[in-house]
Amino acid sequence: MSHDPVLTLQQGIYCPDGGFHIDPWRPVDHALITHGHSDHARWGHRRYLATHQALPVIRHRLGQIDASGIAYGESLRIGGVTVSFHPAGHVPGSAQIRVERRGEVWVVSGDYKIEADGLAETFTPVRCHCFISECTFGLPVFRWQPQTMVMGSIRDWWQRNAEAGKTSVIGAYSFGKAQRILSGLGNAGPILTHGAVEDTTEILRQQGYRLPETIRVSPGLDTAAQRGALVIAPPAALGTAWTRRFGEVEEAMASGWMALRGLRRRRGLGTGFVVSDHADWGGLVSAIRATGAEKVFVTHGYTVPFRRWLSEQGYDAGIVATEFGEETAEVAE
Amino acid sequence: MNRFAALFATLDSTTKTSAKVTALADYFRSAPDEDRLWAIALLSGKRPRRSVSSTQLRVWAAEKASLPLWLFEESYAVVGDLAETIALILPVGTTSDPPALSALMGDLAALSGLSEDRRKAEILATWDRLGPMERLVFNKLITGGFRLGVSRGLVTRALAQSTGMDEGTLAHRLMGDWTPTSTSFDRFLGDQETRADTRPYPFALASGLEKPPEDLGDASQWTAEWKWDGIRGQLIHRDGLLALWSRGEELITDRFPEFALLSDFLPPGTALDGEVVVWDADAQLPMAFNALQKRIGRKSVTRRLLAEAPARFIAYDLLEAGGKDIRSTSLIERRARLETLVTALPATLPLGLSPPLAFDDWARLGQMRQTARQVRAEGVMIKQVQSPYHNGRKRGEWWKWKLDPWTVDAVMVYAQAGHGRRANLFTDFTFALRDGDELVPFTKAYSGLTDQEFGEITRWVQKNTLERFGPVRRVTPELVFEIGFEGIQESPRHKSGIALRFPRMIRWRKDKPPSEIDTLETLRGLLAQAQG
Repeated sequence: MSHDPVLTLQQGIYCPDGGFHIDPWRPVDHALITHGHSDHARWGHRRYLATHQALPVIRHRLGQIDASGIAYGESLRIGGVTVSFHPAGHVPGSAQIRVERRGEVWVVSGDYKIEADGLAETFTPVRCHCFISECTFGLPVFRWQPQTMVMGSIRDWWQRNAEAGKTSVIGAYSFGKAQRILSGLGNAGPILTHGAVEDTTEILRQQGYRLPETIRVSPGLDTAAQRGALVIAPPAALGTAWTRRFGEVEEAMASGWMALRGLRRRRGLGTGFVVSDHADWGGLVSAIRATGAEKVFVTHGYTVPFRRWLSEQGYDAGIVATEFGEETAEVAE
Repeated sequence: MNRFAALFATLDSTTKTSAKVTALADYFRSAPDEDRLWAIALLSGKRPRRSVSSTQLRVWAAEKASLPLWLFEESYAVVGDLAETIALILPVGTTSDPPALSALMGDLAALSGLSEDRRKAEILATWDRLGPMERLVFNKLITGGFRLGVSRGLVTRALAQSTGMDEGTLAHRLMGDWTPTSTSFDRFLGDQETRADTRPYPFALASGLEKPPEDLGDASQWTAEWKWDGIRGQLIHRDGLLALWSRGEELITDRFPEFALLSDFLPPGTALDGEVVVWDADAQLPMAFNALQKRIGRKSVTRRLLAEAPARFIAYDLLEAGGKDIRSTSLIERRARLETLVTALPATLPLGLSPPLAFDDWARLGQMRQTARQVRAEGVMIKQVQSPYHNGRKRGEWWKWKLDPWTVDAVMVYAQAGHGRRANLFTDFTFALRDGDELVPFTKAYSGLTDQEFGEITRWVQKNTLERFGPVRRVTPELVFEIGFEGIQESPRHKSGIALRFPRMIRWRKDKPPSEIDTLETLRGLLAQAQG
């Protein structure tokens, strides 16, 4: 193994031997993108590389870009390294990026989730020497229930509201979370979508992801006829004039942060469903173990305690600084 | 227990008052007698005594979850609630077989008699029997931090709905120091006419006046008096027993032994509302609040303390006379009876009247308010002459018109994350003033800003941290705030030598650079003014 690291982590994640960055936040020449969320796929790079499945949403969000696609598991030689993309289970098209130089393997996890959600390509552990892991929820208080249970409680809530003559509005990030809820609820009743959600849903449908039918909320829609339906909208739409068109509503948020009562109350919401597209504490620990890596860098979220815990477990652990020094609750979901 | 935990979950998951009342009323209708009596007690603020220390709980929970203690503490700092942190990190229990609420409360009471090992075994075993929501509630009960976003008014309304009884009667039943073990549900609701105990009445509360007093209309329909800076209390004399209740419904009779002799002078069946202050006999005025603080903090009162800080009860309302509840009569009538009663007593007693302020128009009252500090008052109280003595707060008839706070502009030097609803937001700040080239920290404050502003500051703190001391961050001295406070006094315990009363952020002075903040000298000037 050479002395120089395969990836440098001072100014974002950079590969000197390949001349590319991974999820850079400043404009660069060549950007490898793990997935389409805006804090990972940013505007202004000269060339982009992402999975075929991730590209349509990235293009929709960034407009005219010079981008090429790669299949999961396909190897590509870039400069002195070989890269490949592997499912991260976070959102449709999301990937971990593996970088190999003369047998030394580094993996950048991007955002990931262990549990198969029936929509995103299921997370697969990749063996490596050095693992760069997100740790958005890197504290032991974050433990997710199985998806079937959470979807069950959403369905119960929706039904109770419908019986009381109310429409249910659920706040969920418009790419990923919204479609996961759609797919998890199946065809349990009429589901309405906010325009921002529907745009992305439509792109994913065209790509062949199986998603139930939805009704786009547009100015001409007869909302009275939809009483008792479920509406999926971006979190920012909750409690605004936008939801008033549905008459009497119950609102809830779907996010991993809803695991904490304090944050639920801060949003002024009684109801919160704990649905996260990130790994929980147990997920992070098992994923890191499965890589077999001895060296681990953590990024996003509770990096300080998580790094310390990893060190105590015998890992050679460090922190990758992000643009903001660290993430705040509710930014990353 | 599971029914009570479910009630807790429902109350916690709605912000709508009507939904809360319905959930409470349903519970009161359906729960067994012993359980609902406990529920009433817990919901109306009667917390069980803490039977285990929070340190023990942290250690046991971390051990049970196989986590190092420091990681538990980090988690606690983020969650901001000890009971919730424990509930979140414990491994899933082995059985789910929660005991009844009343049985659980009995077990908890028995804990304090056990050895530490037995206590630990009991608590670990109970955790094992409970689901996540029950664990949260149980932890809140053992940490003594059981609080819910339910006012006593809501509990009273729900009880009225479920029993068909009158709200006013129920509100009075809920007062005082009854315990679920000292009564039964039927007896609790049933003793309509007896006044055999010294139970206080619900305190009538005033709202802050935020509009000009002229908006209240004809000044002749209003009375005014000083807003004293002491502790609010009800002094009750019934059947030879004298009791002093604080607004928090704590019986504080024993802390003020000088009032004991009043039982020889007050007629039986008397309830007074007023302010407990420490009396400066020379000036014939109350002393500053810190003199009273010495008295509040201590259970045993020495002769020396009695001489140095003698207490006095300044009466402003009469709620019960001759054993009869007169709260529904008009304020002027109650006030007239109060004056007759108090002026007939020997002048040497530690009991006096809060004098009415004479004013013909609002402008005159405004001038008097400006002089409140001279009589060591916080402002004036304005009450409608016809008003009854309300149960709790009723807007429109009683107003407090406080003095504008003192203010200084200061720079933030330390930040710490908040708790509970404000977990993950930096909300607790330390501020400094300039002293030559140095910045001297002089106060902390954590209220007065909007959640949005706290969010903005939180992002700023993350980018501008210079140093970390556990949960505390030292930040670049750059953000300037106007700090308001109600009082100021010397304090050898503070680095600045000065302590403030009720400090809070009035606003974020984005318009001011840190070079323009006030100096320690300015603050010393205010101190001199307060002492003079």
